[in-house]
Amino acid sequence: MSTQTMAAGSRSLGRIYTLEAKSELLKLLRLPMYAVPTIAFPMVFYLLFGVAMGGRSAGGVSYATYLMVSYGAFGVVGASLFGFGVGLAVERGQGWMLFKRATPMPPLVHLAGRLTVCLLFSAAVVLGLFALGAALAGVRLPAAAWLTLVPVLLSGALAFGAFGLAIGYWVGPNSAPAVVNVIYLPVAFASGMWFPIQAMPRFVQELAPFLPSYHYTQLALKVIGADLGGAVATHVAALVGFTVVSLFLARAGFRRDEGRTFG
Amino acid sequence: MSTQNQVVAELRRATRRYGKVTALDGVDLEVRAGEVVALLGPNGAGKTTAVQLLLGLIRPTAGSARLFGLDPRDTAARVRVGAMLQISKVPETLKVREHVELVSSYYPRPLPLGESLAAAGLTEVGDRLFGKLSGGQRQRVLFALALCGNPDVLFLDEPTVGLDVESRRAFWETVRARARAGCTVFLTTHYLEEADALASRIVLVDRGRIVAEGTPAEIKARVRGRKIRCRTRLAVAELEALPGVRGVRRDGEVTEMLAAEAEPVLREMLARDPGLSDLEVLGAGLEEAFLALTGNTRSTDTEVAA
Repeated sequence: MSTQTMAAGSRSLGRIYTLEAKSELLKLLRLPMYAVPTIAFPMVFYLLFGVAMGGRSAGGVSYATYLMVSYGAFGVVGASLFGFGVGLAVERGQGWMLFKRATPMPPLVHLAGRLTVCLLFSAAVVLGLFALGAALAGVRLPAAAWLTLVPVLLSGALAFGAFGLAIGYWVGPNSAPAVVNVIYLPVAFASGMWFPIQAMPRFVQELAPFLPSYHYTQLALKVIGADLGGAVATHVAALVGFTVVSLFLARAGFRRDEGRTFG
Repeated sequence: MSTQNQVVAELRRATRRYGKVTALDGVDLEVRAGEVVALLGPNGAGKTTAVQLLLGLIRPTAGSARLFGLDPRDTAARVRVGAMLQISKVPETLKVREHVELVSSYYPRPLPLGESLAAAGLTEVGDRLFGKLSGGQRQRVLFALALCGNPDVLFLDEPTVGLDVESRRAFWETVRARARAGCTVFLTTHYLEEADALASRIVLVDRGRIVAEGTPAEIKARVRGRKIRCRTRLAVAELEALPGVRGVRRDGEVTEMLAAEAEPVLREMLARDPGLSDLEVLGAGLEEAFLALTGNTRSTDTEVAA
């Protein structure tokens, strides 16, 4: 960072951001428990269900196309909940976040670093699925659809990263992985990430509109014309509302930490 | 950087309660530039609470905590502070140098990386993952993270707990080196020896209150003395009135008392109670200092929830 002028006694937010992101990335890459399931699981599932049974049709498109998109959403939600939620809960439990609060760390820069890494992992999952879909499952989409899918899918990292943050501040380090798994898998099913929502039992179809992940999946499926026809504005409003509520909860959790009993 | 005698950190009638437990009870405390202050006391005395108040990690229930005259949470205060807290772990999959590099970046005038590592005795393990370090090395990483920002004041909360004697002495030397370099140090400890080895001023706390304050020599003079244990029919009030007696505690038939010198007290006691028996005279330690200074009858290693 050439902008860094140590002699003048200023610190560079750009350099802090770069180092936060680098640390977060190295931390997760060296932790097979995170990196392998987050990136590999959606792709393995896609090979098993998308590539192998891709011929069947789902929601008006081939099953291979449907799952490439819906597993992309599944992968982004996983990367966000585990990276933000479990990662933060564990570091809070160790007292590491307490230490960081005693330093002049700019909290928003720290969060931006974490979010960047969450986006990188999300992008790895999404692009990996696209490669498998195009190369092995014969998925063909117009260029505009491919290009639109990337930002739509990655936007999930903002919403579910915010929710992960709330989990990280409210759930204990030992229960966080369990809590995330208990939420993640059933909700993914009920949101149409594994099977088209039309193929689900009636009560699931009625429940789905109450799940933010349903609206997120519908937005992505709309790009390939496999959604249920809800308005974009409705889905976006649901996700924005969910993000705001999550951020509010995270902030309340952060405040609660300040008032907590330590040793 | 800091002018001599400038107040670096202060608590004003600071009280902190956790539910029904009062961890800190109306404490007034000042740390001035260039001082090495040791907050000495048993577990549960409120030492960690005092540190966390001064670092802005918790809010006082009543009273105030200031750092460089500012709210401790103010970034302008935090860039001048380094902290070593009692935390179990730092992320294990980062290398020592990566940790130090990141935390250094938060500060406007950090020490060069190599200097931080050298000052904490970590030069040889800079490329090792935190998870692969020994207990003593981990403690030194926490110290490196406290000093890497080249702070004007270092807060060290029980920095040598769990270290062996040799590592403890080596650690003291590194703290002294920082102090010589002009850094103000505020540390907590429950080892009198540690406070004596490092501090220019010792503040003795017990049950959330300051019970004594002075140079190590002054504190030791109050701590030094003799513990007399015996069976006697003399009343506690009568014993307390004897010259040189600092504290008396009676537990069933056994009486324990603390005195500056044992001989004059014993002469007087034997004259008044010829039936005095089971006499023992012992050297006094920190526990006895607390007995004398607080009239407190519990042992110093008793934990209270705080």
